[in-house]
Amino acid sequence: MASLVVAEHDNIELKRATLHAVTAASQFEGEVHILVAGADSAAVAAAAAQVAGVTKVLHADDPAYGHGLAENLAPLIVGLAEGYDHLLACATTFGKNTMPRVAALLDVAQISEISAIVSADTFVRPTYAGNAMATVKSNDARKVITVRATAFDAAAEEGGSAAVEAIDGPGDQGLSRFERHELSVSERPELTSADIVVSGGRGMQSGENFSLVEAVADRLGAAVGASRAAVDAGYVPNDYQVGQTGKVVAPNLYVAVGISGAIQHLAGMKDSKVIVAINKDEEAPIFQIADYGLVADLFKALPELAEELDKQNISKN
Amino acid sequence: MKVLVGIKRTIDANVKVRVKADESGVETANVKMTINPFCEIAVEEAVRMKEAGIAEEVVVVTAGPEEARQTLMTALAIGADRAVHVVAEQDIQPLAVAKVLKAVIEQESPGLVILGKQAIDDDSNQTGQMLAALLGWPQATFASKITLGEGEAEVTREIDGGLETLTVKLPAVVTTDLRLNEPRYASLPNIMKAKKKPIDAKTVEEWGVDAAPRIEVLNVKSPGKREAGVIVENVAELVDKLQNEAKVL
Ligand SMILES: Cc1cc2nc3c(=O)[nH]c(=O)nc-3n(C[C@H](O)[C@H](O)[C@H](O)COP(=O)(O)OP(=O)(O)OC[C@H]3O[C@@H](n4cnc5c(N)ncnc54)[C@H](O)[C@@H]3O)c2cc1C
Ligand SMILES: Cc1cc2nc3c(=O)[nH]c(=O)nc-3n(C[C@H](O)[C@H](O)[C@H](O)COP(=O)(O)OP(=O)(O)OC[C@H]3O[C@@H](n4cnc5c(N)ncnc54)[C@H](O)[C@@H]3O)c2cc1C
Repeated sequence: MASLVVAEHDNIELKRATLHAVTAASQFEGEVHILVAGADSAAVAAAAAQVAGVTKVLHADDPAYGHGLAENLAPLIVGLAEGYDHLLACATTFGKNTMPRVAALLDVAQISEISAIVSADTFVRPTYAGNAMATVKSNDARKVITVRATAFDAAAEEGGSAAVEAIDGPGDQGLSRFERHELSVSERPELTSADIVVSGGRGMQSGENFSLVEAVADRLGAAVGASRAAVDAGYVPNDYQVGQTGKVVAPNLYVAVGISGAIQHLAGMKDSKVIVAINKDEEAPIFQIADYGLVADLFKALPELAEELDKQNISKN
Repeated sequence: MKVLVGIKRTIDANVKVRVKADESGVETANVKMTINPFCEIAVEEAVRMKEAGIAEEVVVVTAGPEEARQTLMTALAIGADRAVHVVAEQDIQPLAVAKVLKAVIEQESPGLVILGKQAIDDDSNQTGQMLAALLGWPQATFASKITLGEGEAEVTREIDGGLETLTVKLPAVVTTDLRLNEPRYASLPNIMKAKKKPIDAKTVEEWGVDAAPRIEVLNVKSPGKREAGVIVENVAELVDKLQNEAKVL
């Protein structure tokens, strides 16, 4: 039977997270379909139809679906579930919010944030901040799954030519309504899909000092991340947080500056290809997992690093 | 209004977790256990609502073994009024926990339910959403601010792109994120007082809930370990290594 991937989008663009879930779905037997539920979201449905490996796009367009409210989405997805063995979404805040509600309505368990697929019913998932990898088997007839993006490559955005089928859903359940957004605007790449991430921790001492991190990040075309301590202290917004209870990233290069390396932070970045740590304390645990460690005062090292990148002509702008 | 809080006993966040040699799970013998940090935030929020005169009573519920009584004590010491202990000797999974909480909620009729967004052991991040689904209530997950109004609550949520604010009808299920509040340290007198607060203990079977696991854990392994690399002398050497050795620049 087929798999259904629930698309994440903002009614304009299909989010990259969806592409990772498509790759996971394509490891199961049968067709891969995408559900686009949104408001005035035809562009998203069209983009979804292009994704390589997708054979059908179900498009539910209704104001009730415009803000991804779980109360409205869940009954729509449950109504479609009968045709599918596997229902998937990426383990973003959108997927984490929506899919357990779907699972409970179907009276099945949800398998959270899988990092590998062993077979149609058996999966690997990280637990205990990534310190224990559990292989779990679901005994439910239908599998509701969230997918860890860093463990599955993104499917190609083009190459598919799926049919788009308009569908109706149960609409507004009258339980919740969207009020407003305060979204971080940034010219930098998105944290979870960036090739290079430069993160600052409590050692940065203030929000203003993050300009030192940004100066390096911008030269590298990198995203900026942070430890929980830096977010809690108000240096940077919540969506910068990398870790067990923030975002999981696995870039080619992760630079941790003024971050001690608590297990909760490591849980979000230890699958990065190359890790650099800059810390003035040579005993900091971050050095135990870093490929390259620099024991230095960051207030001296960061400006030097920016300068050296310019000198070596590595800067991207 | 009555506020009900679901809490879970977990391994302390500072413990370095070790996988058992037989790969059946993680070592929990002689390991420090505490209240899950997100649940502690949930209890704190409910107690603040009571202190602000918005909530009349705070009831905490846990599903877990005998020892989970200790976790209830922690919540009672923060300021919860009474506790319900659903005694379950086996590990119970999120869907079953949601069913247990639903049974308790049907008896207690709270106006608001607060849970943690995730338990830091199993990292499932699903119980609150499942509970809301089973009750047919709205859900506001990953909350960093809760404002109660007439028959509704306005909740600010931490999402991947920043913050989102929703209005949900009450009763609702809210799950806590890290920045909702900073839990207090319980004072010694309050720890003493907690010992006198009522705990209603009954088994899962007595609650009539099917808590059978749906997911079988086949094995639990240690992830591949990363080795420490080299310490470089200065920034120039770092850039050189990244460029010519690691080839990531
Ligand atoms: C339930 C729970 C969930 C959590 N979730 C997360 C999470 O998702 N992500 C996360 O990151 N954390 C998380 N944490 C917090 C985590 O345990 C640590 O407290 C946090 O990661 C520490 O941040 P830090 O390394 O920036 O600060 P610290 O541990 O205080 O480290 C600061 C470092 O900066 C260095 N430093 C200071 N000044 C300088 C300088 N001038 N030059 C160079 N180095 C300097 C110091 O030597 C030190 O190593 C969580 C904790 C709990 C309990
Ligand atoms: C290594 C390992 C082995 C396991 N083995 C087994 C096994 O053999 N059999 C089995 O059945 N399960 C097993 N489990 C599953 C595990 O115990 C449950 O899935 C887990 O307890 C519930 O998920 P969670 O706490 O991560 O939920 P989350 O959804 O992350 O929890 C969110 C919130 O829900 C509330 N909540 C969660 N649990 C409770 C509770 N008990 N009482 C009250 N409120 C609660 C809290 O407010 C919490 O903050 C295993 C898990 C691991 C990691």
